[in-house]
Amino acid sequence: MSDTVTISARNVVKAFGQGAGQVRALDDVSVNIRQGEFFTLLGPSGCGKTTLLRLIAGFEMPTGGTILLDGADITTQPPNKRPVNTVFQSYALFPHLTVAQNIAFGLEMLGKPASEVKARTAAMLALVKLEAMAGRKTSQLSGGQQQRVALARALAPQPKVLLLDEPLSALDLKLRKEMQIELKRLQLETGITFIFVTHDQEEALTMSDRIAVMSAGKIQQVGSAKEIYIHPKNRFVASFIGETNFLHGKAEAGALRLGTGERVEVPGLAAGGEATVSVRPEQVRLVLPSDGLKATVGALVYFGTDTHCHLHLADGTEVVARLQSPATGEAGLAQGQAVGLRFAEGAVQRVED
Amino acid sequence: MAERGFQISRLPGFATVAIGAFVLLYLPILTLVVYSFNASNSVAVWGGFSLHWYADAWANEDVKAATVRSLVIGVSAAFLSTILATLAALGTTRRRAFKGQTLIYVVINQPLMVPEIVTAVALMIFFGIIKVATGYQGLGYLIAAHTAFCLPFAYLPIRARLESMDLALETAAADLYASPWQTFRRVTLPLLAPGIMAGAMLAFVISLDDVVITEFVKSGGQDTLPTYMLGQLRRSFTPEVNAISTMLLAVTVVLLTAFFLLTRKKD
Repeated sequence: MSDTVTISARNVVKAFGQGAGQVRALDDVSVNIRQGEFFTLLGPSGCGKTTLLRLIAGFEMPTGGTILLDGADITTQPPNKRPVNTVFQSYALFPHLTVAQNIAFGLEMLGKPASEVKARTAAMLALVKLEAMAGRKTSQLSGGQQQRVALARALAPQPKVLLLDEPLSALDLKLRKEMQIELKRLQLETGITFIFVTHDQEEALTMSDRIAVMSAGKIQQVGSAKEIYIHPKNRFVASFIGETNFLHGKAEAGALRLGTGERVEVPGLAAGGEATVSVRPEQVRLVLPSDGLKATVGALVYFGTDTHCHLHLADGTEVVARLQSPATGEAGLAQGQAVGLRFAEGAVQRVED
Repeated sequence: MAERGFQISRLPGFATVAIGAFVLLYLPILTLVVYSFNASNSVAVWGGFSLHWYADAWANEDVKAATVRSLVIGVSAAFLSTILATLAALGTTRRRAFKGQTLIYVVINQPLMVPEIVTAVALMIFFGIIKVATGYQGLGYLIAAHTAFCLPFAYLPIRARLESMDLALETAAADLYASPWQTFRRVTLPLLAPGIMAGAMLAFVISLDDVVITEFVKSGGQDTLPTYMLGQLRRSFTPEVNAISTMLLAVTVVLLTAFFLLTRKKD
């Protein structure tokens, strides 16, 4: 990975419909995607992530803004002129062609000599471990094998950017985990920039170099998995990535005054107005009632390796603490018990609303 | 599945009615086929097994000429109407919905709705004017007329095929550097081929057995097989007609079987 920008979207707007019924699928989106990185567009359905992918592929034209590839404006270029290939959610394998013919399709359309087409097709079949299936029709393959053919077909012409539109959503959990590792391996081996669209936050966290969290046609935050998890910029990002607790109160110098009158230290917080902070469940510590925020134990939900302890502050605010399972037994927690809450150092993050 | 919904097959007498309907549908045809092997020259009295009506029909120059004419008209009309229908189907499915799209469907399918006798009279008068103006008397009129009324029969299976095709396939071809023409040539057309074949066969069968429009449009000496048989009705009616009908039936059954094989759903 380098700092060279491969894809750059600048103030991209995509509107569907006319007049009052117009919907902005993308609302002034700007983002730089670097060469060789695994970049994920993450968000709930309807957030505009697939629209952005389709604009980069050239399947649709933006209403406004520009898209650059290696510095050159490709905004209005048709898809067959862009050195960008796509792995479709439905795979879109050609049913009348064999596995090998599917993989060779892009190379043939580029007018590569027959010997090169043959060699590269063979190399791609080896890369996705489907040599034995070369002569089969795609309908004779399993879901996971079809997925690998779709990948090989899109990678064969050696695109500058590979676009992946929720490619794992049709696979069962076990196969999806395998394909996540497979995708990461292919990306490292080929060195091609991957732009991956998903609504699955776990998938995004495990595979991506950087993630753009999207909502309502806008990019909410861009950063590495760690940055986004530890320093979520706003409420949406904090709640969409992982689970979290929100505490709301009056902002004082370096602390938040809760509705219960208690103070929570928030380093760097300036006095004035209201503020919201986010605390991850695994950062909540249970202590003696006199040593922290006063709370009452509510429901205890057992998850195997850990237990979720639902706690209620004096003003009714719910806080979830994720405790390693043996600890609950030793602490002998019981419903209705009074406890104190403390938060790990650096765990309290101010978030915008 | 323990579905308790209405099922017509559970009604009393279902099997009886079904068998009765099949007998009514196929018994006359079976009779026709059987009597085509009749040795006597009556269409109603059995006089032993013989193939001589087939031999007679084969030797009959009028039957030969009518058969050739039917094939020329049928093949030409099927070919032309299938090309037009393919273009029409692409134009009505591979673009955004436009104003007047419903009107286009109605216009294309008009031959299915307008009474055939009306079309026949209209064509006779219209072609009459052209015949007077140009002096041309050839088979072109029949081919044009057959092309027109075969169009919806070719159009419907092609359109159905296009509508069931995953649009992502064409998007994928464009994504893999295929130009719009290459996408059509390498992806759309091969996937559409069964629909086109089905449309062409249906159009051919429809052309082959047309009587009403042909009877009105044809010039003297332009009998097709069905109008020749109609003419025979007015003269001596022998099992030769049964033999010709049986051969027509055989051709139609073969083509329609191929049609169903081509249009049946995979998986």
